[in-house]
Amino acid sequence: MTTQKKNPFWALFSSVKLALFLLFILAATSIIGTVVQQNKPPQFYVEVYGPNLARLMQTLSIPDMYNSWWFMILLALFSLNLIVCSLERIPNAWRLVTMDNLATAPERLQKMGMRKAVPVQGTVSESVEKTASFLADKGWKTDRRDLENGTLLFSQKGGWTRFGVYVVHSSILIILLGAIIGSPRLANSLLGNPLFAFKGGVNIPETQQTDVIYSFLTQKPLPLGFTVRCDSFDIHYYPNGMVKDYVSILTVLENGQEVLTKKVVVNEPLIYNGITFYQSSYQPYQDFILTVKSEETGLTTTDLVPYAKQVTWKEGGARFGIINMERRGEAVSRFKIWFTDDQGEPAKFWLQPGRKAVIERPSGTYTLSAKQLYATGLQVAKDPGVWWVYIGCGLMLVGLVIAFFMSHRKIWALIREEDGKVTVLFAGSANKNKLGFEKTFTDLVEGME
Amino acid sequence: MNSSLFFGITTLAYLFASVFYIALFVFKNRKIGPVGTALTILGTLTLTIAIGFRWYESYQIGIGHAPLTNMYESLVFFAWCIGLFYLFMEYKYKNKVIGAFVLPFAFAAMAYASFAKGINQEISPLVPALQSNWLIAHVVTCFIGYGAFAMAAGLGIMYLLKKSAVDKKLPANTLLGSLPDLRFIDDMTYKTIVFGFLWLSAGIITGAIWANEAWGTYWSWDPKETWSIITWFIYALTLHARFTRGWGGTRIAWLAIIGFASVIFTYFGVNFVLSGLHSYGSN
Repeated sequence: MTTQKKNPFWALFSSVKLALFLLFILAATSIIGTVVQQNKPPQFYVEVYGPNLARLMQTLSIPDMYNSWWFMILLALFSLNLIVCSLERIPNAWRLVTMDNLATAPERLQKMGMRKAVPVQGTVSESVEKTASFLADKGWKTDRRDLENGTLLFSQKGGWTRFGVYVVHSSILIILLGAIIGSPRLANSLLGNPLFAFKGGVNIPETQQTDVIYSFLTQKPLPLGFTVRCDSFDIHYYPNGMVKDYVSILTVLENGQEVLTKKVVVNEPLIYNGITFYQSSYQPYQDFILTVKSEETGLTTTDLVPYAKQVTWKEGGARFGIINMERRGEAVSRFKIWFTDDQGEPAKFWLQPGRKAVIERPSGTYTLSAKQLYATGLQVAKDPGVWWVYIGCGLMLVGLVIAFFMSHRKIWALIREEDGKVTVLFAGSANKNKLGFEKTFTDLVEGME
Repeated sequence: MNSSLFFGITTLAYLFASVFYIALFVFKNRKIGPVGTALTILGTLTLTIAIGFRWYESYQIGIGHAPLTNMYESLVFFAWCIGLFYLFMEYKYKNKVIGAFVLPFAFAAMAYASFAKGINQEISPLVPALQSNWLIAHVVTCFIGYGAFAMAAGLGIMYLLKKSAVDKKLPANTLLGSLPDLRFIDDMTYKTIVFGFLWLSAGIITGAIWANEAWGTYWSWDPKETWSIITWFIYALTLHARFTRGWGGTRIAWLAIIGFASVIFTYFGVNFVLSGLHSYGSN
């Protein structure tokens, strides 16, 4: 037994009372951060709660409580409790799994809750063989040992399921480990390497590119080690006006070479070199991307056209600009184009984004299309711990199923001769779902009769 | 003919099933019980048709998606989970009185979905954040868990009533005395919580994976997430208290009720009282 040398520390952390207390405290304190809005500027708390309460809140890191020192200490105590509790109990579970069940005394079998004595024909040794092969047929392979006045058969299933609860406990630790590995704070302060794990964002205007993003934690630029270009950004709508999709076309470049182009929408991020780019927002500009093609010469130009600024296309011998626009929210729903080839009156007409206009001019036919310039807002993350978290989550589900729905079941059959009559005493036990096993046990014994 | 007809039938069926189960409990007329069961089966079947129909209708109008995307649809699915889970338990344990404590939850969910102000019943297209395969996995796992917890709370209430009857030494032919044996209720409460806990865990996990796919962070402590983990802590505490400290009876009954209160707050309270990323669930 391991109960002798217990120091007070070990005794405290191996207690389930502490676990219950910590679960309660974690639940209770977690409520605070759902009531008090998190991560607002200091002025917010002064306005809402008054200067005194706000000062107290800042001291206790309430505005960022889930990252506060005391919440971290709670989680650390919880983990320590989990580890010590498990270490304390695993040896016992191991003993229960590996114990010599053939050493169980016949007197104990006779007192078991699940038992049934069945009289049989034939000698003891015949009955032993018969019982053993019967149990084996039903999936219970038995071990045997000869006793003074008979033979004991034993079979068990699911001994390993006693470890299910420890699978759950370790899964929680693995998830927390994953959270530590993927923590931008720790990467920044402990490793001194903010590129190890980060969360940040960047706005890339269409046609532009970037090789840095901005850390949410430090607001500083982080080099990506490659370049990302936003080829285009579009908002698609349902007929009822609701937004259907935010679509960015992103291209990754290494040393100026295009490596990969991907359509990124919410729920479908771009992953490159362990860095993930999520569609998270957008920013409209008062600039337009205007494409003009001369059908006569085949010449094409695509220009960034600021609102109400004239652009001159020398090769095509034309000038154009956007002189008016209408908006739906921040998005421009249509705009008025001004176009001239310096022959006759300039053309002025309304056009919708994404549509094409064909105009006849003295100098020939031109096709025009234009769209509002957007910047796509990307959230960018590198989380080397996420696979630990996922593995932990998977283990947790597996562990819960084992711990709750699978049990360690044992069957004994004691065959002995008393007063010239041979009987088989069946006994069974299960550590969980006793009712369910009782049914299996009864069916089994009835099959033997 | 459209899905709303079937939703209406279900609401009525669950209402009358509740009435008959309560009548069975109050008048102890065993003949009434099967009527309650028949109505629950009817309600659950029509609800299955209604949900399928609504799914089909969403394709008809060109925005096909599983009907699990707003408050109305989640309430309806909640009612369906309660109905189905209750029928399973009634079949397995051959006890109909429990229906008096569980079916009212299913009716309440349907009635609230149908009649409460601010609940939008229209089939609307999916906003970009909801366009994910994780949607179905997340909502289904969560609500199976919620359904089980509703059942556990009903059992908890039943336990407390029976306990008061036992304490007052009321004979078995009185209203409260006729409830099932305390040990039976206690065992069922515990088993139901175990079942719900597994699904709640799965629900939180699928939600975390989805959040990571959509926003690049699997856990951001937004109020919905935080309340789901608070609920998880409460049930984890309940199970540990029972497993290792031998808690049972009244304490577990109260914890089943408190746990369900936390579920309800996670479900409604967060949408209506607090704000966060799950805001699309609020109408």
